[in-house]
This record gives sequence, C-alpha cells and structure tokens, in this order.
Amino acid sequence: MEGKDMNKNSNAYQIIYSSVMVILVGAALAFVYMALKPQQDENVANDKRMQILNAVNIATDDNTVKEKYEKYIVQDLLVDTLGNIVDSAKNCAFDINMKSNVKLADNERKLPLFKCKLDDGSIKYVIPVYGAGLWGPIWGYISVDENGNSIYGTDFSHEGETPGLGARITDQLFRDEFKGKELFKNNKFMSVVVMKKGQKPTNEGDYVDALTGATITSRGVSTMMENCLCHYDAFLKSLGGNKPQAPESK
Amino acid sequence: MLSKKNKEALFNPLSKDNPVLVQILGICSTLAVTANLEPAIVMGISVTVVLAFSNVIISLIRNSIPSTIRIIVQLVVVAALVIIVQQFLVAFSYDVSKQLSVFIGLIITNCILMGRLEAFALNNTPWSSFLDGIGNGLGYSIILVIVAFFRELLGSGTIFGFQVIPQWCYDHGYENNGLMILPPMALITVACIIWYHRAHNTDLQEK
Repeated sequence: MEGKDMNKNSNAYQIIYSSVMVILVGAALAFVYMALKPQQDENVANDKRMQILNAVNIATDDNTVKEKYEKYIVQDLLVDTLGNIVDSAKNCAFDINMKSNVKLADNERKLPLFKCKLDDGSIKYVIPVYGAGLWGPIWGYISVDENGNSIYGTDFSHEGETPGLGARITDQLFRDEFKGKELFKNNKFMSVVVMKKGQKPTNEGDYVDALTGATITSRGVSTMMENCLCHYDAFLKSLGGNKPQAPESK
Repeated sequence: MLSKKNKEALFNPLSKDNPVLVQILGICSTLAVTANLEPAIVMGISVTVVLAFSNVIISLIRNSIPSTIRIIVQLVVVAALVIIVQQFLVAFSYDVSKQLSVFIGLIITNCILMGRLEAFALNNTPWSSFLDGIGNGLGYSIILVIVAFFRELLGSGTIFGFQVIPQWCYDHGYENNGLMILPPMALITVACIIWYHRAHNTDLQEK
C-alpha cells in the first residue's frame, strides 16, 4: 500500500496522469462541440431572425420563426454612407457580422438593412446596431417607418449584462419607450438618447428614460444608437425625400 | 440504497449543513444571480447537475488521483462538465443559455463545487458522492430562490416577471425599493436568513 502511494506521487506518474487527463478531456470537448455545432448554428441564426422580427413587433417562437421571417422580411439591402444601394442579394445583410462591420472605416463600410413588409402593406426598415455595454457587447435592431424618421420598434440583446440591471434592456417596457421617437429634427440627424430619469438632453432631440441602476448599459445603448444610426443618415433622408407627402409619424 | 450515512449526505445540506447558510460557500453567485427568480432557479439546477456529476467522476477516480495535483484534476473535471453543459444548453435550450450567459461559466468558480469535491468526493463512494452533490445543490438552490423571491418582490414588484404588487399601491405612493436589486441587499438578505436559521437551530450557534 505504501509503495503504491509513493508511486502515485512520483513525477512520472503525475506527468503521465495529467497528460492523459488533458488529452481525454480535450477529445471529449472537441467531440461534443463538433457534434452539436450544426444545431447551435441553427439556433443562433434563428435567434437572429427572431430579434429582427421582434424589432418590427412580430412575436415568434422556435417553430414559426423561419417561416415568418421568409414571409415578412422581403429584402436584404446593403447601402453605403451616401445612401446608395450597393447590394440586394438574398441574405446579403443577414450574413454581415456586425462585430467586424462596425470596426471598418466609414468609406469601406457596407451598411446592412432589412426591408420588411407587414400585413397591412406598410414598409419598415430594420437597422442592426452594435455597441458595448458594461460587461460585454450589446446589439439590437431598430425598425423605422417608411418615412425614415420615426422608430417603429426596437429589439436589444446583450452577452453578459447584469441580470435585473443592465440585462433589462431586453425588456419590452424599455424597448417600447423608443416607439414613435424621431431620428430627425429640422431635417438634421439626432439620435434618440437615453437619459437618467428627469434629465433632458441639451438639444431638442428625442430621449427615453434610462434603466435604474444600469447607468453604463443605458449609456451604451445611447452611444450604440448614435454611432450606428448616424451612418444611415443619407439613406434615411432619401426615404423621406422620395415621399414628401408621407405622414410624419403615427 | 439509502443507508443512514447516505441519507445524511442527501438531507443534511438542506438545512443543518446548508452550503450557503452554514458552510458559507457559494456566496458570490448568490449575490450575483438573485435579482430575479428565473435565473436563480436555472442557476440552482445547473449547479446541482454539475455538482452531482463532478462529485461522481472525482469519486470514481479518487484512488488514482495523485494528491499533489488533485486540485488541478478537480478543476479540469469541473471545467469540462460546465463547458459540456453550456454546449448542450446552446444546442437544445438556446433561450436558457442566453438568460444565464456568463453565469454558466461562473459555476466553475463556485466554491461549493471545489468545497464538496475536497471535503466529500475524495473520500467517499460514487453513490454517496452523488447524493451529497444533489443535496448540496438543492440546499444552495433553496437559498437562491428565497433570496431571489424577496429581491424581485421588493425590488421590482414582480414574481417571475409578472406584476404582483397591484397598480393602486403605486398610485397611492408605493415605490419599488431600488436598493433591493443591487448586490449589497443580497448580502443583507442572506444575513437575515442566516440569523433566522441560527435562531432556530441552537446547536449551530457558537458558544
């Protein structure tokens, strides 16, 4: 017995033991990862579809998301910062990775955009946004009316914001605050800012109330919207310009 | 099947030897995930599952582990299990995995796991280690749920996200206690539970 114990604590035994363990565990993890990868990718794509549909206030679940997405999202668009449409192939906007897209220089960027046709025939444009929260990235989708000015709906997601605090940006209550807010004042782009309750922005732009106890995440949402939406300035203006008679907002 | 010792392994952690109240393990995650009930429950279940299985695995290989590197072995086993759980959640229960996000990863650092592996699984058979893992996981979950119940009720006026404090209370001047959703109040809530628990279990009181 004693001999066995001695043996177990010998260097050779320890090195072999840990090597074998690491190889076994590594192989097991690699296997699990590869076996589950297709299913996971599918979930991630469906989740993205769900978020886009959420932004136009269409509720879906796992079973109906694909079908509804095909039905309502009629076109993917890529525009440049001057407002010209550069691509409209199927899934061209869906396949854009926002994380790397926001890092590109302004003139290199192709801005993704989803054109959505609702049951009542009205057209909405869904714009993806991407930014930073307190602990990690936050992202979302903002849908605007056909006039390119008023917000029709929003959806926000996050990777690791604090539950009960920053994570509440995904709550319906917070998202609904943005409805009907306008992105342009006097024909000038002015993003909707998120302000601490009771405060007002210094310019005359629209604002919503921040989440209590989540100052940095709220500020992150504000910055994200400003930074991402400002590039769509020209495109959104062109929408309004094409339809001068369009009602301002609902 | 359930000898006296095994029964103790399963039921003691629920109250007399509760990991949070008596062993003071896992406090960190108790503070972090208890602002709402739902993540608290999922976290409780995940910790219970990971704890039970890592207990079994460590117990199975307990005679082969060199004592000098046992902590590393335990860490590798726990980390591997946590990653597998996470991968399965992403593949089959995507919503839950999104809800928990970083907290699944934090299970690795949950002191209950290392504590139970060191204190129990290394010296006991797989079956009683399994029961010990289930017992401690449940003991931890109970506290999580109690704390989350009070924090969500008083902090947000909701239970499982549903409004339970009627609107007329707010109309008559009632306000949610914003402090309850901040981590310090979790600590105070846990302290109150420990206070109550000690008051009713006189044998736990220090002389």
